[in-house]
Amino acid sequence: MTGLSLYALTGAGLTGLGLYGLIATRHLLRRVVAFNLLGSGVFLFLGAAAARGEGADPVPHALIITGIVVALSASALAVGLVVAQARLTGRATLPEEDTHGDDV
Amino acid sequence: MMPVFDATLCGLILAVALAAVAGRDVFRAIVFFIVYGLMLAVAWVRLGALDVALAEAAISGGLTAGLFLVAYGRLAAVGAADEPAGLLNPPAALAGCGLSAALGWAWFALPQPDRPAPQLAEALPRSGVENPVTAVLLNFRAWDTLLESVVLLTALIGVLMLARVGAWPGRPGLAQHVRPGGVMAGFGRVLPPVGLLVGVYLVYVGAERPGGAFQGGTVIAAVGLVATLTGAFRPPAVDAPGWRAALVAGPLLFLLWGLAGAVIGNGFLTFPPTLAGAAILAIEAALAVSIAVTLAVLVLGAPEQAARE
Amino acid sequence: MADLTTYVLTSVGLVFFVAGTLGLLRFPDVFTRLHALTKADNLGLGFIALGVALQAPSWREVALLAVIWVLALLAAGTASQLVARAARAEDEDSG
Repeated sequence: MTGLSLYALTGAGLTGLGLYGLIATRHLLRRVVAFNLLGSGVFLFLGAAAARGEGADPVPHALIITGIVVALSASALAVGLVVAQARLTGRATLPEEDTHGDDV
Repeated sequence: MMPVFDATLCGLILAVALAAVAGRDVFRAIVFFIVYGLMLAVAWVRLGALDVALAEAAISGGLTAGLFLVAYGRLAAVGAADEPAGLLNPPAALAGCGLSAALGWAWFALPQPDRPAPQLAEALPRSGVENPVTAVLLNFRAWDTLLESVVLLTALIGVLMLARVGAWPGRPGLAQHVRPGGVMAGFGRVLPPVGLLVGVYLVYVGAERPGGAFQGGTVIAAVGLVATLTGAFRPPAVDAPGWRAALVAGPLLFLLWGLAGAVIGNGFLTFPPTLAGAAILAIEAALAVSIAVTLAVLVLGAPEQAARE
Repeated sequence: MADLTTYVLTSVGLVFFVAGTLGLLRFPDVFTRLHALTKADNLGLGFIALGVALQAPSWREVALLAVIWVLALLAAGTASQLVARAARAEDEDSG
């Protein structure tokens, strides 16, 4: 397989990993990390597609840069919410998913 | 030789991402995410996307990293930083594998492109800049960039709304106590001038070479964060007018230029070729300032100190 | 001739990086690991930068590589000091 396919498949793998982390982990800060993995996996896939043909296509690159910055601002808002939730309830998990008290 | 390098890099990226998702410890996940961001920057260089590599290294390896570490510190202070026992989640694993498989199939099913964007190649000389990514960001797709700068502001408003009532209007983030004459204080005196130079250069050189307002603005935000964390600089309170002017300067200038184009030019947000170069430089400068201030306050967080210290 | 020197210098730098990574993985406590890492940062990066500088097309790139090496040293030195100080404070708290 060509080098570009390698990067595209890596991006696809990262997307799957990020989706799994987003759904399966309970700690909210790790969910934000998984969300970033999901986003950057998609960007890598898009970047590999942009590198096909002769010369790199600048339009997907501009979209990816925009996406990276927007992902940062979304992460900042998400992290603010996680910290506020932790300060309110003392735990960084959603109440309906918290099994901490069930292990007795 | 290069396929071996590519294969090793992609293998490492996947391994580090797996460690970031599946590890036992929250702190470990954050550290592996930082490493992942820097390796991804190398991958971008291999894909020929130098502007994206700069943005990825600065943001994922720098600002998002700082954001997560700051959040981890605040969670640890409340006792919420331990990871509850995780059970393996088969439906989620199935969904993840399904998504990866679908994307992998889509890659091989994509139609081959013909010569990339011939209209772009012939329109580039009229855009006012030589760097094609900057031309796309600030001229051909200027609408996207204008909306993106507004999105940044909206996220900042959301973060500021999370401040507690007693702490408003204070200075963003927690108070930093730094030993005078120590290592942090020395670092905070040496790095910011160099960093500022690098950041301004990145903004200015984005017209011809890889760089631009986002990359330079991110570096300047990081410089501001270093200065704040090492006690060399106290951020102003959130109701200070100068700070608010810096926040909106970028989007406002961008919007005014667009409206000027609508009134006296060809349409909203058009760039006549004679004025395009100067206009893009001016807009990039204002955008870099706004991006720097917005990102710095996003990472520092809502005000936590009591007002008027 | 320049190519051969570049290979040699870069290989020496790689050796330092491998040694530093081995030290990170195998040494028993924080302070010895920091010691291994600083070798990787200062000497490893220095040799690689020197090797790459021989391939540079002009003095501008050489100057940029020197600045990069100095900045990396500054950051690594500060970080090592802070980590060591925090580790010592933790030792004194618990010991």
